[in-house]
Amino acid sequence: MISKMTEENKRKIVIPGETIVEGDGYLPGEGTEKRGNKIVAQRFGLSEESDNLVKVIAISGPYIPRRGNTVVGKVVNVLANGWLIDVGYAENAFLSLMEVPRFVNKDALEEVMEIGDMMAGKIWNISKRGIDLSIKQRGFGRISQGIIMKVNPNKVPRIIGKEGSMIKLIKDETHCEITVGQNGFIWINGENVEDEIFARRAIDFVSDKSYIHGLTEVLTKWLSENKK
Amino acid sequence: MTAFKRPDGRKIEELRPITAKVGVVPNADGSAIYSSGNTIAIAAVYGPKKMHPQHSQNPEKGTLRCTYLMNSFSVSDRIKPGPNRRSMEISKITEWALEPVIMLKNFPNQVIDVHINIIQADAGTRCAGINAAAMALAHAGIPMKSMVSSISIGKLDKQLVVDLTKEEEDYHVGEGPTDIPISMTDDGQITHLQLDGKINHEQMKEAIEMAKEATKKVYEIQKQALKNALEEKK
Repeated sequence: MISKMTEENKRKIVIPGETIVEGDGYLPGEGTEKRGNKIVAQRFGLSEESDNLVKVIAISGPYIPRRGNTVVGKVVNVLANGWLIDVGYAENAFLSLMEVPRFVNKDALEEVMEIGDMMAGKIWNISKRGIDLSIKQRGFGRISQGIIMKVNPNKVPRIIGKEGSMIKLIKDETHCEITVGQNGFIWINGENVEDEIFARRAIDFVSDKSYIHGLTEVLTKWLSENKK
Repeated sequence: MTAFKRPDGRKIEELRPITAKVGVVPNADGSAIYSSGNTIAIAAVYGPKKMHPQHSQNPEKGTLRCTYLMNSFSVSDRIKPGPNRRSMEISKITEWALEPVIMLKNFPNQVIDVHINIIQADAGTRCAGINAAAMALAHAGIPMKSMVSSISIGKLDKQLVVDLTKEEEDYHVGEGPTDIPISMTDDGQITHLQLDGKINHEQMKEAIEMAKEATKKVYEIQKQALKNALEEKK
């Protein structure tokens, strides 16, 4: 309990240009900048100190793609050597034919994915030329069933929870398979629609209550109360 | 010398009552309303998103695009809606006032759209617009080096005053009215300064010092508005 209290005390709301901490020995993390011996916030959000690392957890803003991110996107074009995918960023991502784990007839790329299809994949490279996706992993590829929902991409870490604890809880309670894209798109695939809608409500609940402390317990209570 | 009297009875360095709130336009990525006395500005931020047409894209850094518009009912004599010479100029000025603090390097080939609407005008609309836009940008999660706060310093005859109203802007006695809108970061660096009228060196320096004090007050209100928005959700 005591450790929780101090953790909460360390979190505070910051605005761009505001000094979070002063003094030597601090390292600037995400959303911050070092100016002299001060760590200054660059974004609006909650500041967090862990050891010497100071960072800002943004609560709004666009999705910034990172290498290794799982994303859920929409096929917007089929090219000669791959697909263009809209992942909710200003640039479209590219899924190359080489990154598909099975044989594909070069004349019939549509057989794998057509324009308008939804897909799940992983960002394996980001360069100046663009974002490259891969579906060489189990569970990735064209989405043929289930529902897709959108949340604020800044709340995705909260929905996943520490080492996936939050999402595991939702998965276990709703008996759905859930793929959370870092870009804020979430694919829910369950036995029946009722389960999927229940999972969606649970995720909406988490993203709505993402600011409160001890959310896992609150969610456990909510799940047991709302389960029929 | 007798104390200078302002029409609304304010002190020389007293600002009009300010209110500010963020998150007023649900469909925008970030938004804010800022009012100073009878002047009310709403700013809405959209993006960053891909710049179109393609030839306007800048691969080196992103673009900030501000659109300042006065609503036709914002002044006592209805004005024709839509952009005009004055509003296009103020749009550009707003871009220049905000660009130095926004980290546009992070958004190549992209554009951040800021729409500023003046729904009621009583002088100092560009300052209100800049203040609202800075809050809306922060609310939209755009990385910034600092906030920007703006205030207009006026010179009525020979007397410097802070935050002019329309009535004071029309004060034609002696040297007449001079309007100096100034925008500053929270550490007092100037991002925008305009001068409409005549002023000497000493008074200009004095005006900047007055703006430093006044923008500090504006900054505190902007900061509080942003913090309140998050505090409510907690």
